[in-house]
Amino acid sequence: MSLLAEVTGSLGSIGYGLAAIGPGIGVGIIFGQGVQAIARQPEAYGVIRQNMILGFALTEALALIGFVAPFVYGK
Amino acid sequence: MSGSALLASDASCHLNSGCGFPAPDATIFNYDTLVEFDIAGLTFHITKPMILLWIAVAVVVVFFVLAFRKAVIVPRGIQNIGEYGYLFVRDGIARDTIGKQGDQFVPLLFSFFFFVWVLNFMSIVPFAQFPVTSRFAIPLAFAVLVYLLWVPLGVKRQGAGAFFKGMTMPPDVPKAMYVLLIPIEILSNFIVRPFTHSVRLFANMFAGHMLIVTFSVATWYLLSPSVIGILGSAASFTVTVGLTAFEMLIQALQAYVFTLLAAVYINDAVNAH
Repeated sequence: MSLLAEVTGSLGSIGYGLAAIGPGIGVGIIFGQGVQAIARQPEAYGVIRQNMILGFALTEALALIGFVAPFVYGK
Repeated sequence: MSGSALLASDASCHLNSGCGFPAPDATIFNYDTLVEFDIAGLTFHITKPMILLWIAVAVVVVFFVLAFRKAVIVPRGIQNIGEYGYLFVRDGIARDTIGKQGDQFVPLLFSFFFFVWVLNFMSIVPFAQFPVTSRFAIPLAFAVLVYLLWVPLGVKRQGAGAFFKGMTMPPDVPKAMYVLLIPIEILSNFIVRPFTHSVRLFANMFAGHMLIVTFSVATWYLLSPSVIGILGSAASFTVTVGLTAFEMLIQALQAYVFTLLAAVYINDAVNAH
């Protein structure tokens, strides 16, 4: 099979960049909506903050797996 | 090669001295064995992270023994800090997440929160400067401990049938969807859960330490007799200081998130869906 296109260099960095797109949008939505929820209902601050951090942690895990994967599978 | 040896070999490497930027890689997390001994045919290697782990245990135990040794109704001094920490875990994590039955898990969650926090905090303590939780075995052991707690606990409290039904079959879903949902729920609730629980803590500490080391190495590498070298070095140093402050926030946040997720998992076992 002939090679049509090839990418060389620091592929781990490119992989991390791609892995960070989705979680980046997700974390933005979580905190944006969280701040909005707190502004609408300041008395529910405690519950909203806890759920906000929980959602942030679950989303952020995807980006972090993307960060660690090149170290594990790279070289 | 161990981390310290790697950095030492590049100590004379500066900008314009003909060598490239010695970017740190994953080997900075490997330490040489300091002490080695055999017990019952097993060889034990004591490394720096191991010693930091023992120090962290001692710090947490000594601090809270001092705080609560002579507990009085109206707290003074160190007891105030201890009680504040206890109330944070009890009200902010255990009761908010698990509800009425949360109080019985406070000792576990309390220990997790402060132990993980101190382990993370080792990252910015001078001379320690290594987050112990960035060795994957340590968060993995914590996550497996939580997993071995909540799965048998759910079976015991709710009965095996009700527990596994609650965990794998979300209610109010068309019957045909269960063909798709049950495998997904089994995968996400019972197989991937301890993995993501530990990777979240590990990867955060790994990434944070990597960032600080990269900018510290850059500060040293750019330090050279040229305008761009001095400016770059100063900028890198500023970033290092800023990142250290940022890491303090992340360390506390990750300890909180780890404990909060442990509480969420225990809640799945204790309270039926």
